[in-house]
Amino acid sequence: MARTVSEALSEPVARYPAGIGIRRRSRVYSMLLLGALLIVVILFATGVGSVPIPIATAFEVMVSQLPFVNITPSVPDVPGGTLTLESLRMIILDIRLPRIILAGLVGAALAVAGATYQGLFRNPLADPYLLGVASGAGLGATVAMLIPFTLTWVAFGAVPLFAFIGGVGAVTVVYLLGRVGKTMPTTTLILAGVALGSFLASITSYLMTIAGEQLQGLVFWLLGGLHFTKWSEVWVVLPAVLAGFVIIWIHARPLNVMQLDEEQAQQLGINVERVKLILLGAATLTTSAAICFTGLIGFVGIIVPHAVRLVWGPDHRFLLPLSMLVGAIFLILADTLARTLVSPAGIPVGGITAFCGAPFFLYLLRKRKGLAFF
Amino acid sequence: MIKLDGVSVGYNQKAVVQNVNLEAGPGQMLALVGPNGSGKSTLIKAMTKVADLLSGRISVDDRDITTIRPNELARLVATVPQTPVLPGTFTAFEMVLMGRTPHLGLLRYEGGQDVATAWQAMEATRTDSFAQRRVSELSGGEKQRLVIARALTQQPRAILLDEPTANLDINHQVGILNLVKSLCSQHSLTVIVALHDLNLAAQYCDRMVMLNGGGVYAKGTPSDILTAANIKDVYGAEVCVYPHPVNRLPTTIITAGGNGS
Repeated sequence: MARTVSEALSEPVARYPAGIGIRRRSRVYSMLLLGALLIVVILFATGVGSVPIPIATAFEVMVSQLPFVNITPSVPDVPGGTLTLESLRMIILDIRLPRIILAGLVGAALAVAGATYQGLFRNPLADPYLLGVASGAGLGATVAMLIPFTLTWVAFGAVPLFAFIGGVGAVTVVYLLGRVGKTMPTTTLILAGVALGSFLASITSYLMTIAGEQLQGLVFWLLGGLHFTKWSEVWVVLPAVLAGFVIIWIHARPLNVMQLDEEQAQQLGINVERVKLILLGAATLTTSAAICFTGLIGFVGIIVPHAVRLVWGPDHRFLLPLSMLVGAIFLILADTLARTLVSPAGIPVGGITAFCGAPFFLYLLRKRKGLAFF
Repeated sequence: MIKLDGVSVGYNQKAVVQNVNLEAGPGQMLALVGPNGSGKSTLIKAMTKVADLLSGRISVDDRDITTIRPNELARLVATVPQTPVLPGTFTAFEMVLMGRTPHLGLLRYEGGQDVATAWQAMEATRTDSFAQRRVSELSGGEKQRLVIARALTQQPRAILLDEPTANLDINHQVGILNLVKSLCSQHSLTVIVALHDLNLAAQYCDRMVMLNGGGVYAKGTPSDILTAANIKDVYGAEVCVYPHPVNRLPTTIITAGGNGS
């Protein structure tokens, strides 16, 4: 009696050589290690600034905020005067920490969205701004700065709100334009995104020429940076980034299979069009929420996923969380440099990410050439 | 196992092939032959719902495929596409393991049994020797065997192959088809294979469906179908058909200078 493939390949005694598998353990260790590194980086970054604070003190201040912890942080001597416990708390908890956390969230969001876009479009040049999020958000922010009245009912001012609406709106228009029947051909989508992006950017350029006094603020927003971050901004961005990440991570395996062509993905049982729509929506919301307070921070979304792919391989179940951690660490460090290099004005973090990230990435690319993408 | 009743398929409401009736059962190898553009690939794609079914009924195990969910269909029918895109950064093993996709939910990781199944499929297709190599480093024949291994890992009841021997040298052509044939009889797989090479089709397949002009031209055993008159009519090529010296199966030989237009 002939045995079906199902019976023949399901022998319980089946043996396979050691080392065959999905290398889950070593990648999980890497995640734990990077998580620990993220905490260290956050601590380090809270200590750095115009008033240097020892990491141990920063740690004490933060831990003392936890419930059921009863310690009084020691106040360190700082050059040029004494620091009260009150002002120490304010520097760490109200000024530095929200900015650091927001930097981490934005870095994580951009890296995850970049990895998603690159996977979705099977294109190494894809970044979170591919379908017009950046130009849409840029136009939204520009309009918000130029309108002659203030929206008093918007807690954060009009800029983040308009930027968010602009980003999500641009991708929605691209999706509606690029859709063919019930399907969403990726090439059409990318071309529609590039075209609409240029169109919106040209409007932004025109508005900049008539911006007058607002021009400096506008340029600063378009270059991207974290300036005076409040906790309330963190509480808006955090749930959006977390929700987006969870939705994307759940679809990591379909995203792996979609690295084959769409026909094969469908023949392996993936509902390709539905997965594309879910991933596109989640990545767009995450990106828009992340950049609406900080402006257009470039480079993180394209380079971090590539670097992670070079080191840990292309499996999205690991690529996505690893990108998130590396993106967070990278942007926190870049922002720390940005606010300390030219103190106290600071320089746009977008410049730092490219200046420091690009050489490191080129090094990786040379060292492991041929493995970059396809 | 797989049955097509009055099937018309195509893209964007335009039919490529019309009114096709065919049936393939376990342990059988059915060849689809016909000139370029006669709709062999389109028919195969329709059986996995990649091309649009315009009219008629395609059933797998007497179930209409329009009522079968994508992942359930992928557990019944696996496809070896004509020119599959295989991302080079995955290892050969990771590629084969993707065949487990229809058996796993969204959140489940591949367990030991899944790894064992993929490994056995690699042993059966002799791809185990390069399991840890990256796909970009493999030759055309190795990649083709890898895709067959992935199809087996789906543990399907039927395998559809679209030109599995295109771009392969004569030794690899025979190697792939020997492999498919032995899997077909060992595991009572239903196999439907689109082939350009009429001699390979005659040697390996029990039955043939010859497509031409947007429909079925003829059906039957290779000896019934492969006649000089049929081939002249369908392909417009002058050929001689002789019995194979070893197994008497029909063998097509081209005539140089014949009317090849």
